[in-house]
Amino acid sequence: MILAKTGNEALAYAMKQINPDVVAAYPITPSTEIVQLFSNYVADGEVDTEFVPVESEHSAMTACIGAAACGRRVMTATASQGLALMHEMLFIAAGLRLPIVMAVASRSLSSPLNIHGDHSDSVASRDSGWLQFFCETVQEGYDTLIMAVKIAERAYLPAIVAIDGFILSHCQERIETLEDRAVREFLGQPKPNYNLLDWRNPILVGPATLQDYYFEFKRSEIEGMRRALPVIEEVQQEFGQRFGRYYPVLEEYRCEDAEAVLVVMGSACGTCRVAVDQLRAEGRKVGLVKLRVFRPLVHNLLRTSLAKFPKIGVMDRVDAVNSYGGPLFTEITSVLYDLPERPKVFSYVYGLGGREFSPEDARMVYEQVLSGKKDELVTYVGVR
Amino acid sequence: MLKLQDLAKNQELFSHGHRACAGCGEALAVRQILLAAQPRPVVTTMATGCLEIFSSIYPHSAWQVPMIHTAFETAASTAAGVEAAYRFAKKKGLIQDDIRVIAFAGDGGTYDIGLQALSGALERRHRFLYVCTNNEAYMNTGIQRSSATPYGADTTTSPAGRVLPGKVQHRKNIMEIVIAHDVAYAAQTTVFFWRDLATKVQKALDAPGPSFLNVLVPCPLGWRHLPSETVRLSRLAADTCYWPLYEYENGRYKVNYTPTKKLPLEEFLKPQGRFRHLFGSEAGQQVIAELQRYVDEQWELLLRKQALFGEESAKA
Ligand SMILES: Cc1ncc(C[n+]2csc(CCOP(=O)(O)OP(=O)(O)O)c2C)c(N)n1
Repeated sequence: MILAKTGNEALAYAMKQINPDVVAAYPITPSTEIVQLFSNYVADGEVDTEFVPVESEHSAMTACIGAAACGRRVMTATASQGLALMHEMLFIAAGLRLPIVMAVASRSLSSPLNIHGDHSDSVASRDSGWLQFFCETVQEGYDTLIMAVKIAERAYLPAIVAIDGFILSHCQERIETLEDRAVREFLGQPKPNYNLLDWRNPILVGPATLQDYYFEFKRSEIEGMRRALPVIEEVQQEFGQRFGRYYPVLEEYRCEDAEAVLVVMGSACGTCRVAVDQLRAEGRKVGLVKLRVFRPLVHNLLRTSLAKFPKIGVMDRVDAVNSYGGPLFTEITSVLYDLPERPKVFSYVYGLGGREFSPEDARMVYEQVLSGKKDELVTYVGVR
Repeated sequence: MLKLQDLAKNQELFSHGHRACAGCGEALAVRQILLAAQPRPVVTTMATGCLEIFSSIYPHSAWQVPMIHTAFETAASTAAGVEAAYRFAKKKGLIQDDIRVIAFAGDGGTYDIGLQALSGALERRHRFLYVCTNNEAYMNTGIQRSSATPYGADTTTSPAGRVLPGKVQHRKNIMEIVIAHDVAYAAQTTVFFWRDLATKVQKALDAPGPSFLNVLVPCPLGWRHLPSETVRLSRLAADTCYWPLYEYENGRYKVNYTPTKKLPLEEFLKPQGRFRHLFGSEAGQQVIAELQRYVDEQWELLLRKQALFGEESAKA
């Protein structure tokens, strides 16, 4: 079906079609609507879900963990302070290898309070062991949320699907939805690792470990994350074949013979495409590298791709205050370190707290990267 | 009436060999609760704390029932998720049995850091039993004060010093906080009174909504008494009315045990190192007097509640 939906509406609709067994969630701008709309589906009997309207995000994630440990398909949604409040529990969800799927409408973190879009919340959760997808469009958000359920359940890892707060969560786009039945068939039934409710075969979930075992548990979790990439690719292929929409983990847009590229996550990819088209029309050799999967970090793909370009700008919609450049920048420079000939890599921080990032801004960044000259370590785009 | 012979026939679902200290009241409570719960199938959650550490160090487990531990403040919210999953499985016909969910947490995990999660779970009326194994301080991290710690107690964060006499606030009345949530059943008990405890476990598990048990569990390490004194102190807590055994059900309060002779509080305090500093000084005597006043006041208040909102008190 072709529908006009905002990001939040599209994700709530995807959740309805996924029809999770348990949803525990708490409202926060800009993801509130997902929870509200889903509550309507519950109230109207359009889903079979047990909906737990918890008293905080901390409890939302915890209840999700409890339900997922019972082998159920579990989802939630949050943003910003909510994701920060969940922080403790994110690690536990991942450590217990529970395939919880969470929609995040990415937003800045206080203080000062700001409800608008940037990547501070999701990126701050990067080391928690969750798969992380950053989406460019509402369509991609809708499709990815559905794929994430299958990916998470195959990889036995939880997954965040992030859409940029307001820029995607509150803007209407034309999207193509799938049939309910098609979603159901695509996802099938979860095959949980364990089920706490099987009381005749009691298990202990979440033991204490000492110096003798903790490291092995963590090591196997790390291995699980490493093995997630083929799972992601497999499911994305499957989705593409069935429904005709394929999203590569890493996309190169007009990168052939490019002299300068920007590496971007989220909705700003769309902005940069416009700038690339304009600059290409003017004969400038620029391209866009869209990073859709932030966790696991796809270092081999990044290295192979970026090795081809002499000049690279890395765009971070978040600052890792007082680090050596933006968070994605430091990761990408690490990835490129082993190359015999390293490209020039520049760090840009943009769009904090929903600050407008226009095609003109993107052009300005491209110009600077092309020039190969930049004085400061980090350029803050569009700040007064 | 429950008979020990019958309980003795039940399976030990909390196995021996765990790492609790000798004389641990918490271990006693959990063992009794899992004995009393039978034959109902139970699925359990627990908070971080002594219980979790001494019962679940990998690759060992003392739990013969399903158990999940997530974090410190999350016994209730984890139980909420488990109960939601159970409700889903039940409505879809994936499960036939009537499973009960029990959450265990210490007083720190209940009165303090877990209070919000507990309140939320009670308000949403998840059907589960929440057990606070109350040793009146954060024992796992080395005996820090909690809001369940009594006035005057010496803990590592309310130490008795040259100026301060130990903790300078009275404990919080968690029972009234829980009751204010209009729970299906709430009761207070302690390990000496095995029949009282077991009966309350069964009532709580069969209650139609959320239920709560506040179980006083003496802690030899934290209270600083001999391991052999655990059970006697548990009894003294009730005989001094420091820890009244009572229950709340359908809007009514019922005191389940009235000591034939209400003993002076000092008898409960004296064997415990956490109160030792109060003995032998004028200032200490004042603290004891204040604690006695508080205990008497709370006991009278409870009796008044029973008279106002209760049936005739049954003498145990
Ligand atoms: C968020 C968080 N803060 C602090 C701790 C450290 N901690 C672990 S157990 C504990 C105290 C437990 O006390 P209580 O709940 O009374 O249980 P007990 O050990 O006395 O049985 C503390 C402070 C933690 N695990 N998590």
